[in-house]
Amino acid sequence: MKLTKETLLNKQGYRLHILPSDKYKTISIVAKFKTPLTREGITERALLPHVLQKATSRHPNVRSLQAALENLYGTALSSDGTKKGENHVISFRMEVVNEAYLNDQEPILEEALELFNEVLFEPKKVGEGFDPQIVEREKQTLEQRISSIKDDRMSYANLRLMDHMCEGEPYALHVHGYLDDLKDITPESLYKYYEQMVQNDMLDVYVIGDLDQAFIEKMTDRFFIREGSQNKDNDQVSVSKKIDKVEEIVEREEVNQGKLHIGYRTYTKFGDDDYYALQIFNGIFGGFPSSKLFMNVREKHSLAYYAASRFESHKGLLLVFSGIDPNDYDQAKSIILEQMEAMKKGDFTEEQVEETKEQVIHQLQETMDNANGLIEVLYHQMISGAEMPADQLIERIRNVTKQDVIDMANKIELDTIYFLTSQEGGE
Amino acid sequence: MEELVYQQLKETVYQETMDNGLKVFLLSKPEMAKTFGIFTTNYGSIDQTFTPIGKDEKVTVPEGIAHFLEHKLFEKEDRDVFQDFTKLGASANAFTSFTKTAYLFSATSHIEENVETLLNFVQDPYFSEESVEKEKGIISQEIRMYDDQPDWRAFFGTIQSLYHEHPVKVDIAGTVDSIQEITKDDLYTCYETFYHPSNMVLFVAGNFEPKAMMNQIRDNQNQKEFPDAPAINRSYPDEPATVAKKENSITMPVTTAKALVGVKEDVTELEGDELLRAELLSDMILDYYFSKSGPFYEELYENDLIDDSFSYETELDRQFGFTILGGDTRHPEQMTKRIKEMLHELKKESISKEDFTRMKRKKIGQFMRALNSLEFIANQFTHYHTLGVDLFDVLPVIESLTTEDADEYLKHWIKDEAITVFQVKPQ
Repeated sequence: MKLTKETLLNKQGYRLHILPSDKYKTISIVAKFKTPLTREGITERALLPHVLQKATSRHPNVRSLQAALENLYGTALSSDGTKKGENHVISFRMEVVNEAYLNDQEPILEEALELFNEVLFEPKKVGEGFDPQIVEREKQTLEQRISSIKDDRMSYANLRLMDHMCEGEPYALHVHGYLDDLKDITPESLYKYYEQMVQNDMLDVYVIGDLDQAFIEKMTDRFFIREGSQNKDNDQVSVSKKIDKVEEIVEREEVNQGKLHIGYRTYTKFGDDDYYALQIFNGIFGGFPSSKLFMNVREKHSLAYYAASRFESHKGLLLVFSGIDPNDYDQAKSIILEQMEAMKKGDFTEEQVEETKEQVIHQLQETMDNANGLIEVLYHQMISGAEMPADQLIERIRNVTKQDVIDMANKIELDTIYFLTSQEGGE
Repeated sequence: MEELVYQQLKETVYQETMDNGLKVFLLSKPEMAKTFGIFTTNYGSIDQTFTPIGKDEKVTVPEGIAHFLEHKLFEKEDRDVFQDFTKLGASANAFTSFTKTAYLFSATSHIEENVETLLNFVQDPYFSEESVEKEKGIISQEIRMYDDQPDWRAFFGTIQSLYHEHPVKVDIAGTVDSIQEITKDDLYTCYETFYHPSNMVLFVAGNFEPKAMMNQIRDNQNQKEFPDAPAINRSYPDEPATVAKKENSITMPVTTAKALVGVKEDVTELEGDELLRAELLSDMILDYYFSKSGPFYEELYENDLIDDSFSYETELDRQFGFTILGGDTRHPEQMTKRIKEMLHELKKESISKEDFTRMKRKKIGQFMRALNSLEFIANQFTHYHTLGVDLFDVLPVIESLTTEDADEYLKHWIKDEAITVFQVKPQ
């Protein structure tokens, strides 16, 4: 496997990561702002990317900004806010067509980088704040987004599981923010938060594509300057709560299908030595269609269309989710719990371990074929202080033994069983 | 084996029609770690009434059978095909649409064996009474899952209002009741009629040597025997140009109402590049008026009639076509009324040369970005191929479009009798 060569440069106020790759017809630029997850600020952080993408100093309204992007061959601009363990990361992404594939010779990339800088660092300002009209409208939209979370049952069930399971831990905070906090946000208070974020967040900038490294450095030196910021690492290390007793929670809504979500603690995070065993564990338990959950809940008992597990790398959680008939709760629950017991007892073969390794490696390689996927892998490594080239990563996965997986299974503890079900459905 | 070279995009596609009629396309991308293969039959949920191979009389099969068949092809007498891919470190999946059923894998190793596995499992059906019965529970939960998704209900509700008779109005998975009627014999009837190689396309994109790959596929196909295939006789009801219902709604436990405006598109005259031009023009016109840079979007957004869930799409396929616009709204009545008015206003509109150039650039950029994905290339190439369009001709066709084309399209596009409105109302 060919490794992507990453050049890491410490620039004024940020780390610049340049990743030359001939896999894409575009060049992607991603800026990541990281800070500890706290209730104060989470609502601002949910709102801010939407406000910044509406207007800049040169483009005073969304139509003007969007038209500028369209003229740059439909350059895509997007942003999102996510939890990475007990930290919050806002990512701004821009994707520009590589000029080499276009008929006319315009400096698209240069203009796009200039625009990206503008969106991040030169927002439209009115008095001491953002444009009040924009802020008002974006507050309305966010309010609506917060109130509609319930409409997507799977996300809602996951949110409720986290509310219960991680109560009191920063990780339980909602990335969309809170209605109570939203109403107090003013254009001025939001701007203050923004200035603080620009100054204090940890900023990493990634540029990936078939590119000329010297040119990228020249451009970023010209357009990306974070005056006065030290770019200090501010990682909030997450601690896993000890489990006193397993909680079982049933909530009722108008639903056709019940959502059974189960949360475990793994006590293993990205960068830990046994992280690779966790990957293999998850693959055998519920990560793939060959897994115990899929084979037993779906194929053997026909109880569900989906039954799977995934793990939260930075928080040390393992989450099971399945959509079942409200009346099948007890049966589905006991089948899922039995699969975990089987894992603890080592009720799986060496062959399954080997096959799962290949699956996990395939997944990793597939992720790294994708520009954003590769950036995520590298960023995860970076913020966990566990940087490792891909071939070493793969070797670590290959070295996992069946005993490692059994040990992992026995380290995992059941925390909370959550069931979102119909008004009349059984428990 | 024929070589199709696309200079500007720096891509080469290798194509060959096998003796049994199977069309094979290969795109070699040695810079990628991954290979993606997709084996598609030109058969989907709308192909409900047809004359089975070797029979004289038309039959109508139960709703949801194409999708049911897709599920069941993975199960063999002695094993589940997912496991075969698992053993080869690959991931596999499948999907059924209105007009197609596709089986796919992605792999970073054992590419030849994976292609072989894909061809062999799709071309070797095994259906039993017992396994057909077992699948009914799984698919029922899949249908129930969609029943709880308000966006899906809104989308399908709109299509059901657009069409009087045409089976595009039938949910792709069928209903919990309709799938109960499906038998093993029905599955064989559909399989034999629609899975003949001459009705199928194989596309493989990724890291392999094309000549050796083509030889391998040819050998594989030459070893199998298929009957000569007469042309498939499919039958569809007469469908008027008017919509079945001008407006309709359902209530669901949602927080925010959803409203969609649907336009029934006339595709009877469209084939090949004509269809592509219509699709591109409609996309570009929608982009111009209804994307974030558009005058209509601005008005709707400023007046709180839409939020950032607003989206639009045009889908043109064999037999049917539609355009759908909408999303979450706090004011569904005003929103749909205003969007309908806007659509009618299009008749009198004209797009300036400068703006149209901007839309062309946007479209070119979108297309280039999409080409980063092997999945997109393989899926879309196959889709267009069945409609007589070459995916890589999209670029020159975009270049060839003029403002006159756009104005002409605007003038004739919207007819009052072809518009419907659908709402999902909160309980």
